[in-house]
Amino acid sequence: MQVYLPIAEISVNAFLLLGLGGLVGILSGMFGVGGGFLMTPLLFFIGIPPAVAVATEANQIVASSFSGVLANIKRKLVDFRMGTVLLVGGLVGSACGIVIFNYLRSQGQVDLLVKLCYVVFLGAVGSLMFIESLNAIRKSKASGGKPPARKRHNWVHNLPFKMKFRVSGLYISIIPPLIVGMVVGILAAIMGVGGGFIMVPAMIYLLGMPTKVVIGTSLFQIIFVTAFTTMLHATTNFTVDIVLAVLLIIGGVIGAQIGSRIGAKMKAEQLRILLAIMVLGVCGQLAFDLLLRPNELFSIALEGGH
Amino acid sequence: MMIRLFVALLIIFALPVKAQEIVFGLDQESIGISATFDGVDLQIFGAIKRDAPLIGGDLGIIIAVSGPLKPITVRKKDRRLGIWVNTEASEIEAAPSFYAVATSAPMSDLLNDAEDLTHSITLPRVIRSMETIGGGTGDFTDALIRIRAGEGLYQTLENTISFRESTLFNTTISLPANLTEGDYPTRIFLTRDGQVVDMLQTSILVEKVGLERILYNLAHEKAALYGLLSLSIAIAAGWLASAVFTAFRR
Repeated sequence: MQVYLPIAEISVNAFLLLGLGGLVGILSGMFGVGGGFLMTPLLFFIGIPPAVAVATEANQIVASSFSGVLANIKRKLVDFRMGTVLLVGGLVGSACGIVIFNYLRSQGQVDLLVKLCYVVFLGAVGSLMFIESLNAIRKSKASGGKPPARKRHNWVHNLPFKMKFRVSGLYISIIPPLIVGMVVGILAAIMGVGGGFIMVPAMIYLLGMPTKVVIGTSLFQIIFVTAFTTMLHATTNFTVDIVLAVLLIIGGVIGAQIGSRIGAKMKAEQLRILLAIMVLGVCGQLAFDLLLRPNELFSIALEGGH
Repeated sequence: MMIRLFVALLIIFALPVKAQEIVFGLDQESIGISATFDGVDLQIFGAIKRDAPLIGGDLGIIIAVSGPLKPITVRKKDRRLGIWVNTEASEIEAAPSFYAVATSAPMSDLLNDAEDLTHSITLPRVIRSMETIGGGTGDFTDALIRIRAGEGLYQTLENTISFRESTLFNTTISLPANLTEGDYPTRIFLTRDGQVVDMLQTSILVEKVGLERILYNLAHEKAALYGLLSLSIAIAAGWLASAVFTAFRR
């Protein structure tokens, strides 16, 4: 069934969009990432104009994250206090990110920046997680199934402005979470994603939060940052396509529910290694695009956006 | 009433008498883009009205349907430090969002360069840019035509008009699903020996209708409300899915 999208101004198959939404939703529920880093490139691929894809994807992430966070709140796996601190940093970062994004769009280099960001961050985060979780699995097998205690103290714990995060079982300075939130916010606005795939590892390895709490807390923060981004895009660029969003959302929220139940049954190390493989896969694909000679060297841009 | 009729008659008689004239029709005067819009086939048909018997060369028909003209930028990628990045760019002053030109015989038999220049019929003449001023096309205009032709937006349909007895003609032009809104000027040319002997112009209005229209207007005129509406749908859908799945588990 073909559906004409009023803002994107193209006609696409409704079932294709429902399916894409569902698939990405499952992954999002499993790993606590918004799924934007998969969905945005997929939308480009089926011909949605990049500006519309980025803005609409932000709106869809709100839905799948909200659905996912409810499942996590019921299981008491959301650290609201930590989420709020990350959020404050996130909003500041995303406002800065949009300024950078608009400047580079006027220079015609935004595609390059987005792709380079993807390759660098997905590559770094993916390899780090892959090696770490491989080691964790090897160790847990050697020591008879007992997971190793992660190192709880590093330089992060010696900074001022300490605060107690009871759900995470942490007593740390609020400076690292603020910086993490801000960096993620900047990248989220530039890359058109929620930023979970960067935040999740940062929370685990930098802040030392338990993996189970990390997922719910990152979803909590992502809801607000992407809602803010959606409003910015809707009011300044008029690029949020509500029909596209509804189709992706229907698939996405169902997928997220299924995904979060699969995630709850899996071991933390298994979850992390799967996420790492997926992140590295997307990274490799984008790196090839940059390194290989494209079939079409020319591209068309409408003046003044939409 | 009588006076008006008299004036009308005067105007008709005052018009110069042409040896051949085109009369034509379209199967639709306007195209509505609804939620299930998936492109449309436009039928164009007509006849040549003749007062005198045909003398001289054969007649030919050219039909051109154009979308709204818009300025665009074409960018070119080049290898820098091992990766492919946009380096050169060319501004194109005006390019149609859609263009289809159909003919009853090969274009070169129907139209000479001077007439093409006067009436802007072939694509390189329609697109206005620094490259096409001299009459040729450069790399960037060629790329624009190549990319849009690949998307079905630029069509050159030679020999697709059926033209019987130099009198009756008809053709079908397929408009793709990714149409933009606006007036689509449609021109029909009657040619002989490379010269245009008659030309008729009409325009087809392409616009969004129904829900598509409402949503598009809302997004542009009440952007904040539209943004909030999008967000409420997202939140409601997220909550609903969660509630439904929780109910199923019990």
